[in-house]
Amino acid sequence: MVAKKRFEELWQRLRQNQVALWSLAFIVLVVLSSSLVSLLSPYSPGGLDEAHILERPSLSHWMGTDGLGRDLLTRILYGARVSLTVGVGTTLLALVIGTAYGLLSGYARPRVDNFLMRIVDIFYSLPDLLVFILLSLVLGRNVIGLLVSLAIVTWVRFARITRGEVLHIKESVYVEGARAIGASHARIILRHILPNIMGPILVTLTFMIPGVILAESTLSFIGLGINDPYGNWGTSWGTLAQDGWRAMRTYPHVIFFPAMAIFLTILSFNFLGNTLRDASDPKDRMK
Amino acid sequence: MGRFILRRLSHGLAVLLAVATLTFVLMHITPGGPFDREQRLPPQVMANLYAKYHLDQPLWKQYLLYLKGLMRGDLGPSYKYLHRTVTDIIASTLPVSGLLGILALGFAIVVSLPMGLLAAYYHNSWADRWCLFLATLGISLPNFILGGMLIWFFSLQLGWFQAGRWGSPASMVLPTITLGAAPAAYLSYLLRSTLIETLGEDYIRTARAKGLKETVVLFKHAMRNSINPILTVMGPLLAALVTGSFVVEYIFAIPGMGRFFITAVTDRDYPMIMGVTLVYSALLVGANLAVDMLYSVTDPRVKTQ
Repeated sequence: MVAKKRFEELWQRLRQNQVALWSLAFIVLVVLSSSLVSLLSPYSPGGLDEAHILERPSLSHWMGTDGLGRDLLTRILYGARVSLTVGVGTTLLALVIGTAYGLLSGYARPRVDNFLMRIVDIFYSLPDLLVFILLSLVLGRNVIGLLVSLAIVTWVRFARITRGEVLHIKESVYVEGARAIGASHARIILRHILPNIMGPILVTLTFMIPGVILAESTLSFIGLGINDPYGNWGTSWGTLAQDGWRAMRTYPHVIFFPAMAIFLTILSFNFLGNTLRDASDPKDRMK
Repeated sequence: MGRFILRRLSHGLAVLLAVATLTFVLMHITPGGPFDREQRLPPQVMANLYAKYHLDQPLWKQYLLYLKGLMRGDLGPSYKYLHRTVTDIIASTLPVSGLLGILALGFAIVVSLPMGLLAAYYHNSWADRWCLFLATLGISLPNFILGGMLIWFFSLQLGWFQAGRWGSPASMVLPTITLGAAPAAYLSYLLRSTLIETLGEDYIRTARAKGLKETVVLFKHAMRNSINPILTVMGPLLAALVTGSFVVEYIFAIPGMGRFFITAVTDRDYPMIMGVTLVYSALLVGANLAVDMLYSVTDPRVKTQ
């Protein structure tokens, strides 16, 4: 009940914020249009159309065409599926691993907790992009490989935040009460602790999705990320930006539109995250 | 203090060893070898090459050999650049990456100080909202896009700066801005929120009630107590600068370590990959240690035992 009420409160806050609403609308638009791209677009993402190479934006090609005459908007929407899948998928995987780890660590005896946190510390001191590059080489430069490698690098953030919150809540009166009436550990963790740390986790989640999208597109941009020009799942926004980079001097539209897609999506998530954070900050809520 | 440093140092060494092991394992289970060419080399040549670099030995032996070399500060030969050792290459590229990083950090500090101050001091005014908006923008703009925009506008359209050819001060302007923008945004955001909190404290009111000048209140009382949260993020911030420098070096064709790493990964130049990863990790570990030690200087309440 408490959780439901809190989500209602969150929604109220969101509705009052114009910028957050527009951000949400933009994300929904990208998600919908990219999942329905095969119905919406008359063009295919692959193939070669020699008659329409590097055309500037027009009525038939809203964002112009690329070096092989393919419709750029269609390519961007197919790329959106890849970028968003990696962004959301990685975050969810990291959420599951990290939260479970953090719950365990925070709830366990101090000695176990200390040991588990040392491991997290090591992960924190790794130069993450380097590790990510090496991992993705092993796990494959495709959607799944990148998703898993990114999750391996990022789960520690959830672990740290969850653990910190658990340490705090563990000492609260209602947890003590639950323990006094003989609730099991599992019940305490799942019913009493987990629902009360959803706020910070949700905020972390919202900020991590754009972070992951950024990391993936950066990697694809420098040529170490997703690149399988023949598959429908082989081109991300970063790959498109890399394509456009080479033609930037003469055909700026080829890099402009993918860059805008990346930028606006990341921006929207960050605006949304700002609003959620303000809403879940108790200090702020009292005003 | 001495014991604290010692403990942290040993922890740092453990991290480095973990990094070395992890990188070594990942590198070697990655498909493809350093001497795979499109036109396959004759088997005898391959065998000789493998023997020369001890690649024919079992993996654990190679690992021990590498660690042994590492103890003497020898990072091994580069497979790609014959006649050059990894130590050589890093010695010539690290100063470039380092300079870029320092310039970017300087840029971030110079930009974020006035922005954060302004936003916090005039909290909830239009100036505050603009600073917040700019900061969110800066965090959301991937540096390859920002770099592309800067090159397109300042190099291609206006012709003010040449893109590439690292060396002259003018060539450093665009890369510095590109790399420093996100940290600048991040820092000003952080400075703003901590300052707002500090400015609401009782001792600030006391200081004002005493009739101290606003500048004294702001710089001596408020700023000093807002430094710690900023120090805390210095570690992650430096990490961001390090990883960002990869892309910026790639875009602007700067002969730094990051660019060598990217080519080393595609070439499977094992010692080069190891060397760069270790140097970056050592930098991060060192920076975190320095930050922890600075804590005890800026905040006497932090005990370093």
